[in-house]
Amino acid sequence: MAERMLMKGNEALAEGAIRAGCRFFAGYPITPQNEIPEYMSWRLPEHGGTFIQAESEVAAINMLFGAASCGARVMTSSSGPGISLKQEGISYCAGALVPILYANVVRGGPGLGNIAPSQGDYFQATRGGGHGDYRVFCMAPASVTELANFPRICYEVAFKYRIPSMILADGLLGQMMEPVEFDFDPIDPKALAEPDWVLGVNENNRQRRVVKSYDLRPGKMEEFNFKLEKILDKVVKNEIRFESFNTDDAELILTGYGTAARVCKSAMALARKEGMKVGLIRPITLWPFPKKAFSDIADRVKKFLVLEMSLGQYVEDVQLSVLGKADIKLHKRPAGGIPTTEEVFELIKELLGKG
Amino acid sequence: MKKVFERTKGLTEIPMRYCPGCGHGIVHRLIAEAIEEMGLIYKTILIGPVGCSVFADEYFNTDAIQGAHGRGPAIATGMKRIKPECLVVSYQGDGDLASIGMAETIHSANRAENISIIFINNAIYGMTGGQMAPTTLLGMKATTCPYGRTVEANGYPFKMCELLSVLEGSCYLERTSVHAPANVLKTKKAIKKAFTYQLEGRGFTMVEILSPCPTDWAMTPLQAIERIKNEMIPYFPLGVYKSPDPKAKLVPVTVGG
Repeated sequence: MAERMLMKGNEALAEGAIRAGCRFFAGYPITPQNEIPEYMSWRLPEHGGTFIQAESEVAAINMLFGAASCGARVMTSSSGPGISLKQEGISYCAGALVPILYANVVRGGPGLGNIAPSQGDYFQATRGGGHGDYRVFCMAPASVTELANFPRICYEVAFKYRIPSMILADGLLGQMMEPVEFDFDPIDPKALAEPDWVLGVNENNRQRRVVKSYDLRPGKMEEFNFKLEKILDKVVKNEIRFESFNTDDAELILTGYGTAARVCKSAMALARKEGMKVGLIRPITLWPFPKKAFSDIADRVKKFLVLEMSLGQYVEDVQLSVLGKADIKLHKRPAGGIPTTEEVFELIKELLGKG
Repeated sequence: MKKVFERTKGLTEIPMRYCPGCGHGIVHRLIAEAIEEMGLIYKTILIGPVGCSVFADEYFNTDAIQGAHGRGPAIATGMKRIKPECLVVSYQGDGDLASIGMAETIHSANRAENISIIFINNAIYGMTGGQMAPTTLLGMKATTCPYGRTVEANGYPFKMCELLSVLEGSCYLERTSVHAPANVLKTKKAIKKAFTYQLEGRGFTMVEILSPCPTDWAMTPLQAIERIKNEMIPYFPLGVYKSPDPKAKLVPVTVGG
């Protein structure tokens, strides 16, 4: 397990999913994530898994719904426009309590946009995304090795709570090459016990099983929504992940996720070298959001600089967590703008009056 | 007293909600009897659509799933690839199969997926109150073609058995109806053939069943039967549109395939 491999982000994600037990992938080509279905197409059959290039992203998500209802660890991937197409299917999985994994390798939008990296799909990723009241477990990797290792966590959470899970990456992470080290042993899905809701052959005269997301009886859908809320509350309680750096003596907190967090980290290092007291908080789960981590820091530190590759979506969750206790400045580079360490460093100097 | 007929074990005890004169109830019974007689209840998975038969999962005594509008064939694809030993049946209406789900229908047939589609063609959108369907006949009135369907406004009604018959992946396609007892019996035979071919791994199977919708046709059940006889069958001829080659080499269906 100590082997280190140089891998492209998209391929590391696919390999990580397979090692985490993925045995069914249905997807469709879209830049900048085509390496994911391409990798799956040859690697899955090596593990006795199934790869289908579906006729559309819509068909793919529904293939997942069927395969997952029969117990498989499934995955699909796309970029913004394709994830938009999948929303009805994801809502069905959420409503029917069917665990799936999907990845959005975000590009510039809206519309066709461009194929450059962006973080413009944050709201879609963290507010359910499709119709109805639900949330999906959402992780934001910031390195290729994290792309490789997060699918395992996603499947664990997805099956534990029976909710959809997703990985929110971007075109930069998907295309870059970095050393990968897997932090878990490959999982054989055949060795896992089949959950008691899985459809299939009824060997032992068990009660028949139904997977559905509707209930038209008066009051029952409201009841189900409250039941789902209780499940989501447990996820919020148990599954938040984040990391923070240099916050104890910080006068300014940088914050971002994914690629933006990497840039923040470099800018923080530059600033610290110049003696500036800068810290960083980087959410790893975007839903559930590490609200308390921000709120606690905002008791002491009164300046936040948010970096995101969008017009400002992630910043709203920061605002909701900080609750007015600190000043929040937003630096935005939407639809393919890649922020540099230098430009963030200039902003830091400005905000700390050292410009 | 000798028992000459009883409720099939393939159905649950839940009373069906279908209108008087609707064809769904008949076809549900035929499917349920087929899987009981073939000893398949325990390994059938039924995919319910969106439409009047959205509640199908309540009526069949099998494992079941309710899927998004038109996506039954894609759901079936995922299921059959994971559990090839199961009989996977996608029950769909005309809007489900030939409008929003057209791509999934065609592509699953093209991939020769070993699934069976039971296609209820009543030339109307029932559940939502009688809108035009892809198979609504020319001249027929519906709430979204109140002056009668015309080619200029709405195009032609789709002939799905014919359409799918050119695809090599489709193995067995038959159009039947449930407007008269003889046709009901033929429908049951067709359903059993489809299921047999699926379990033999021969490819995509579909039975298209012309079915009455008295409520949204604004007709009595007897008038609806006459419409099928006099208007639908001439446009949608009954018969077998694709049959498997008896000499075809069967490819074993395995997980990973």
